[in-house]
Amino acid sequence: MSNQLLKVSLSPHVHSGNSVHKEMYGVIYAMIPALLVSFIFFGLGAVRVTLIAVASAVVFEYLIQKYLIKGSNTIVDGSAVITGILLAFNVPSNLPCWIIIIGSLVSIGVAKMSFGGLGQNPFNPALVGRVFMLISFPVQMTSWPKPSFMNFSLVDAETAATPLAIVKEGIKNGESLTDLMSQIPTWTQMFIGEMGGSMGEISAIALLLGGLYMIWKKIITWHIPVSMLGTMVLFSGALYLVSPEQFVNPLFHLLTGGALLGAIFMATDMVTSPMTKTGMLIYGIGIGFITIAIRVFGAYPEGVSFAILVMNAFVPLINTYFKPKRFGEVKKNG
Amino acid sequence: MSDVILYTIIILTAIGFIAAVILYFVAQKFKVIEDPRIDEVEAALPNANCGGCGFPGCRAFAETCCKAESLDGLFCPPGGSDTMKSVASILGMEAAEKEPQVAVLRCNGSPQNRNRTNAYDGAENCTIAANLYGGDTDCTHGCLGLGECVDACGFDAMYMDPETGLPVIIEDMCTACGACVTACPKDLIELRNKGKKSKRIYVACMNTDKGGPAKKACDVACIGCSKCFKECKYDAIVMANNKAYIDFNKCVLCRACVAVCPTNAIHEINFPARKVKPVAEEKPASNNIEAKVDLIEKAKENENNTSSNEDNKE
Amino acid sequence: MLKTFPVGGVHPPENKFSAGKAIETLPLPKTVTIPAGQHIGAPTQVLVKKGDTVKVGQIIAKASGFVSANIHSSVSGTVAKVDEIFDSSGYRKPSIVINVEGDEWMEDIDTSDTLIKDIKLSQNDIVKKVSEMGIVGLGGATFPTHVKLSIPDGKKAEYLIINAVECEPYLTADHQLMMEKGEEIMVGVSILMKAINVSKAIIGIENNKPNAIQHLTSLAGKYQGIKVEALKVQYPQGGEKQLIKALINREVPSGGLPLDVNCVVQNVGTAFAVYEAIQKNKPLIERIVSVTGKSVSKPSNFKARIGVSADMLIEAAGGLPSDTGKVVNGGPMMGKALGRTDVPVTKGTSGILIFKEEEASRKTIQPCIRCAKCVSVCPMGLEPYLLMTVAQKGNFERVETERAMDCIECGSCSYTCPSTRPLLDYIRLGKFEVGKMIRARNQR
Repeated sequence: MSNQLLKVSLSPHVHSGNSVHKEMYGVIYAMIPALLVSFIFFGLGAVRVTLIAVASAVVFEYLIQKYLIKGSNTIVDGSAVITGILLAFNVPSNLPCWIIIIGSLVSIGVAKMSFGGLGQNPFNPALVGRVFMLISFPVQMTSWPKPSFMNFSLVDAETAATPLAIVKEGIKNGESLTDLMSQIPTWTQMFIGEMGGSMGEISAIALLLGGLYMIWKKIITWHIPVSMLGTMVLFSGALYLVSPEQFVNPLFHLLTGGALLGAIFMATDMVTSPMTKTGMLIYGIGIGFITIAIRVFGAYPEGVSFAILVMNAFVPLINTYFKPKRFGEVKKNG
Repeated sequence: MSDVILYTIIILTAIGFIAAVILYFVAQKFKVIEDPRIDEVEAALPNANCGGCGFPGCRAFAETCCKAESLDGLFCPPGGSDTMKSVASILGMEAAEKEPQVAVLRCNGSPQNRNRTNAYDGAENCTIAANLYGGDTDCTHGCLGLGECVDACGFDAMYMDPETGLPVIIEDMCTACGACVTACPKDLIELRNKGKKSKRIYVACMNTDKGGPAKKACDVACIGCSKCFKECKYDAIVMANNKAYIDFNKCVLCRACVAVCPTNAIHEINFPARKVKPVAEEKPASNNIEAKVDLIEKAKENENNTSSNEDNKE
Repeated sequence: MLKTFPVGGVHPPENKFSAGKAIETLPLPKTVTIPAGQHIGAPTQVLVKKGDTVKVGQIIAKASGFVSANIHSSVSGTVAKVDEIFDSSGYRKPSIVINVEGDEWMEDIDTSDTLIKDIKLSQNDIVKKVSEMGIVGLGGATFPTHVKLSIPDGKKAEYLIINAVECEPYLTADHQLMMEKGEEIMVGVSILMKAINVSKAIIGIENNKPNAIQHLTSLAGKYQGIKVEALKVQYPQGGEKQLIKALINREVPSGGLPLDVNCVVQNVGTAFAVYEAIQKNKPLIERIVSVTGKSVSKPSNFKARIGVSADMLIEAAGGLPSDTGKVVNGGPMMGKALGRTDVPVTKGTSGILIFKEEEASRKTIQPCIRCAKCVSVCPMGLEPYLLMTVAQKGNFERVETERAMDCIECGSCSYTCPSTRPLLDYIRLGKFEVGKMIRARNQR
């Protein structure tokens, strides 16, 4: 007989070994390709923004945890790091430091910790930070540096508008769509990531790679990305079929303006997405629909962030009304 | 320009007037007629919404009181007799006197008294643990020490003593609402009359096993030896299920039973220390609970000492 | 594509260390402690008293009611005492302690190994005999078997489903039994088919036991109506409702019984016990117990008499390792942890599982990150995260409307939770409180 007391607890007595830590680091690994692409095209500016965003997010979370909430320390779980990287993904690489730090504070302090920390926040922290910065500092947030392959200078003098902004502005000024399409990067460029835009949103291939990794690791399921992107294609496709001269084709919508970044990394954020498969599909459809609506009819060229935040607000409602299919549910038919 | 201002004022006033008229009629239409005494009664209650009266919150209790023919069976445990008197005076009824009560823990199974035989590793909830198994000691009737009663207490009148692993009831804060009594899956907490000068005697054990196993599991278990039962001249002690129970309505606080208990399972609270008999050294750890309570009420105790000695001689 | 149940499920590491180990008969102990209640249902009435001599197979406690099961002495000797003794639940329960003297069996028990294929008894006699012999479900739930075999008026069984899934990791008792007693199991299944008057029986085996599938399939050809079906490995396929869904794609309605979809489910071990009871006249006095674990030096499958202490089994498997942190009665997903190892083996003990210290401890509870993993693994389509939260807050009405009573306590939610939250602990609390509420309501 061992001298230790036997432990007694309820079943199950084994655990899968999943942990918050593992899940979060899985997400971080999935973000690496997109991060590398941003470093390649935006050079040291991107490195600077990423470092500042991550460091400030972690520091703010630590300080708030320690001095305001006085709860157990959750820094090691990596969720603040994710918020930091996502925040960096959503801003141009030439953003001044102080704006990033303010964004971080809003993300961590207002959107996450004020609701009680990890798992409690109704809105995606990184997006709240991004939208806050977009509304408060519109000029800085919408002057994107021109991507240049392997250029490691710290300051990019040249700026370039995002394809979405080019189209939006162009249509507003009455230019024809065919003219505008010649101004935007080629499909290959867009696919690889050589276009103006926020750091993480440019490269479709890197984002897809990360998404596939997360699905393989069972960190996310296919429901949200597929339903969101599918809705975007269907909605914009319908508009395109009605009047190809007036509306851009669906592929353009998919590859530009953070649609993939939103679908893969933002909308799938566990904390702020629905709990059931049906709920996830509804949520994805809602985001896709609102995104295209904002892009096509709204004032902003880009709508993914707003769409996700709006649907975040509906998540509790979705959770209440879209229950999983219960086993052996008795149908009520008298 | 002045026309604009004039029209604005006129239109706004008109809207305001119409809205007021509509509101007035709607308010009349949907007026809820309520006994005005309900508010008065509610104000007289402690408004802690503890549920000790058996109703969901003070307002519900107040409504019931106002509807009731008499106040029989209606009692606000935290407020006690004084509150019920004021309620009765509002309603013009009679309130029955009820002795103030306090919760007591009928277990003294601290680690010194009770050996741990296994380590519980499940969720920190007494009911969950009690449904799973007998407990982390050989005593299957004792306190599990996971603090469900403390969580249930709405008056901050309980805390877990880290040394004994048992909950402690802070007598002055306890309102005898009974929340802890219902919370305890082992039925260890009982509401007992506060007694004269807060003196109480009770059996601090709920073990219904036979003497042998009970004693083996816990040094201070009631082994059902009936010594106290024989000693008691007032028929206050009932023997059942291998354990003694002291009826607080019959107990005269003579302390005869306390002295004869071979396992010190009978606790006396708020009595002055005994003069002659060397009880203190015989009692290894059974004073834990009293000790804590004593600490809290030390000042009060000192004041009462002289007078309580006189009481004992009676 | 192998069949399985469609919703939820997990796949824990199988760790079947004792697989392929021949069943060893445990030597007779000096004393046995036979608890007087080893089944779900009404307690039994003890028939013996101190000083009585008993033989192997003699009835020592009588069922008190329909949902109850007789208990027979597993040894011969003298009754030392009838007292309250700790059982695996950690509570003291009335038990019969017998000092073993020799090994004298009741005369009418056939102790030979000869296979008897002819089923002589009629349908009613089979059920009666099963009830007399104290057979209970040997999968772990210990529900009296004769109750399941007594089909109420107006109901009709169509399928007999034999649960040979053994979806719990570690355990191998059923697997080994199938390998060694295949013929007997087939006869047992035939008896059960006769008892409930069905022509079709399906034996469901998970695909991680290919030799058992092959062995039983080759035997099944000789018996009418018995089919062996391989199933994809997925926990909790051994749950009645999941097994029915997997095999014949019928869904037992919420709150209903397998009979509502015209099925009767029996464990493969029960089928063997029924064979022994009907053909050999032998009551349920022995069962196969796997003793296993990563640190166990000799993982084994034992045939043990009911009432021997778990200590003895552990000793026979090489002793309790010094770094043991937890001993579990049953499988790792649904078994009960033992607070002490001197408790008796009962009819429901399918395994003794030994965990090392580092495997035993639960990890710190972290906040729910709403990853929805618990929802996706729940085989009953419930939302464990929600049930835990509302149960924790004491909102038991909500626990009921969120259908906590459907929970089969398989533990998939707690198993998979990245925040290591005790989901099932609180769901059990919820079920307990809801059960109280329902009983109170029914009384009114």
